[in-house]
Amino acid sequence: MLIKTKKNYQLSENEVTAEPVYHDRRQVLKKMGYLGAGTLLAQSASANPLDFFSNKPDKVFAQRALSFQPAGESSQIWTPEAKVTTHNNFYEFGTNKSDPVENAQGFNVNPWQLSISGEVDKPYTLGYDDLFTRFDLEERIYRLRCVEAWSMVIPWIGFSLAEVIKKAAPNSRAKYVAFETLYDPKQMPGQASRRLGGGVQYPYVEGLRIDEAMNPLTLLSVGLYGKTLPAQNGAPIRLVVPWKYGFKSIKSIVSIKLVEKKPPTSWNILAANEYGFYANVNPEVDHPRWSQASERRITSGGLFARNRIATLPFNGYGEDVADMYKNMDLKVNY
Amino acid sequence: MVANKTTLKSVFLENRVLLLKITIHLMSLLPLVALYLLAFDDQLGADPVKEVIHFTGMGGFNLLLLSLLIMPLAKKYRQAYLLQVRRLLGLYSFTYAVCHLLSFLAFEVQFDLTLFFNEIIDRPYITVGVGAFIILLSLAFTSLNSLKRSMGKSWQKLHNWVYLAVLLIALHYFWSVKSGLFDPGMYAVITVFLLSLRREKFKRWFKK
Repeated sequence: MLIKTKKNYQLSENEVTAEPVYHDRRQVLKKMGYLGAGTLLAQSASANPLDFFSNKPDKVFAQRALSFQPAGESSQIWTPEAKVTTHNNFYEFGTNKSDPVENAQGFNVNPWQLSISGEVDKPYTLGYDDLFTRFDLEERIYRLRCVEAWSMVIPWIGFSLAEVIKKAAPNSRAKYVAFETLYDPKQMPGQASRRLGGGVQYPYVEGLRIDEAMNPLTLLSVGLYGKTLPAQNGAPIRLVVPWKYGFKSIKSIVSIKLVEKKPPTSWNILAANEYGFYANVNPEVDHPRWSQASERRITSGGLFARNRIATLPFNGYGEDVADMYKNMDLKVNY
Repeated sequence: MVANKTTLKSVFLENRVLLLKITIHLMSLLPLVALYLLAFDDQLGADPVKEVIHFTGMGGFNLLLLSLLIMPLAKKYRQAYLLQVRRLLGLYSFTYAVCHLLSFLAFEVQFDLTLFFNEIIDRPYITVGVGAFIILLSLAFTSLNSLKRSMGKSWQKLHNWVYLAVLLIALHYFWSVKSGLFDPGMYAVITVFLLSLRREKFKRWFKK
C-alpha cells in the first residue's frame, strides 16, 4: 500500500483546467513551433500549418455513464481525467502520446465481438452490450506504471479476467492466455502505415501465464472515471495488469484465447532485449536505455511539479502477486 | 510607381541581413518562451516535462541543420550575405541544447545528481548527446569575433568539430526512440546529405 501525503503542488481534480482550453493551448504552441525551431519534418500528421486556418470541429467519441460498485476511500492522488485521456500509447492511432486522442475519435466499437476460445470446454462470444451487462462492474483504483518510467493513478471500471475465463471452463492444457487487439487498418491508421504505427507488427498481441490471468487483481476494464472507456484508452474493453508495465495491458481486445504454449507478445517481438514476456515492474532491472529505479507520477502541476518517486517492486502489488514468481530469476525473466 | 518599387526593393536588399536576423530571433525565441510559459502552467499535454525535453531537443537539432545549410546555399546561389546569419543560428542551436540538458536535469531527474550522472554514463544515447553538447559549448564560447581573431587558424580547426557534433546528435535521436525509425531516419539522411556537400573539404583533410 502506498501512502502519499498531499503536497502543495498536488491540486485536487476541480482545479484542473477544462479540457477544451487545455487542447487549444497546446495547438498554439504547435503552430508557433512549426515555422520556427519546432519541426523540419512534421512530427505528426496533424501538425499541419494549414490547421491554423481550419477550425473544423472534430468528431467526438461517445462515452456514457456506467453504474458500478464504487471503490473505497483511497489516499492516492488520481491522475486528472484530462491527462489520462490525452497521454496514451496506442500505436494503432499513432506513436505520439497525443495522437490517439486526435485520431481515434471516429473509432466505431459497436458492434463488437470478443471471443473467449482455445483450450476451453465452453467457448463463447461477448457482444458490445454483453461487455457491460454480463458481469458486475466495479471500480478499482490502480497505479499504471509505463515502461517509459512515467506513471498514473486511474479509477478503472471493469471485472476480473478470472470470471470471464472461468465461464469458459478451461481444460488442463490451458497454461497461458493469448490476447489480441482488433485488426482494422481502415479504422486504425497505425495499422495501415508502418510509419504511423511505429513498426509494430499488427494486430497487437499480448499474453499472460494462466495463474497471472486468474489473479484477482487482473482486470478487464470497460470504463474509467465513471464512464465507458474513451477510444484512445482502448474502448470498448481492455486489459489492466497493475503489477506489470503498461504495454502488457492490451487495448480494444477482440480475442482471449487459452493456449498451451507461451504466446508471442508484440513488444517482445519488436525488441526482445528490451521487453520481456513477464514485464513485471522491477526497479532492480533497468531498461537498457533508461533506469527503472524511479518514475515520474503524472498528476496535476506543471513543469515544477516534484513528481519523481521511487518505483516499487511489482508496482507496489507484491503482497498479492510476488508468490507467483518466487522460484524465478526476475533478472533473466524480465 | 517604378521608382517607388525600386526604392522599396533596395531598402529591403540593404537591410536583408538585419531582417533575416530579426526573423531568426523571433522564430527561435518566441516558441521557447511560449514553451516554458505553457509548461509551467501545466498547459502542455499530460506530461509537460517530456514535451519540453523533446521540443528543445528537436529545435536545437533543426537549428544546427539550418546553420549547416547556409554555406552550401550561399555557394550555390552566390548569396554571400547569408553567411552573416550562420553564427546566430549556431548560437540558438546551442541555446536550445542548454535548455534541453537543463530541463532533463531539473524536470526529468529533478536534481537527483547521482541519477543524472549515472544516466549519462550508462545510457549510450545520452553519452553521445552530452558529447555533442560539449562540442557545441566550446564552439559557442569561441564565437566572439575577438576570440576568433586571436585564435587564428586553430579557430577553424575547432569549429570543424561541428560535423562530429551533428553526427552525434543524429545518433542520439536515433537511439532515443522506442520504435518507429522513420523520423530519426529522415534526420540521419538530411545530416549525411549536408555533410556530403562538404566532401571536397573532407577529402582535403585526408590528403594532408
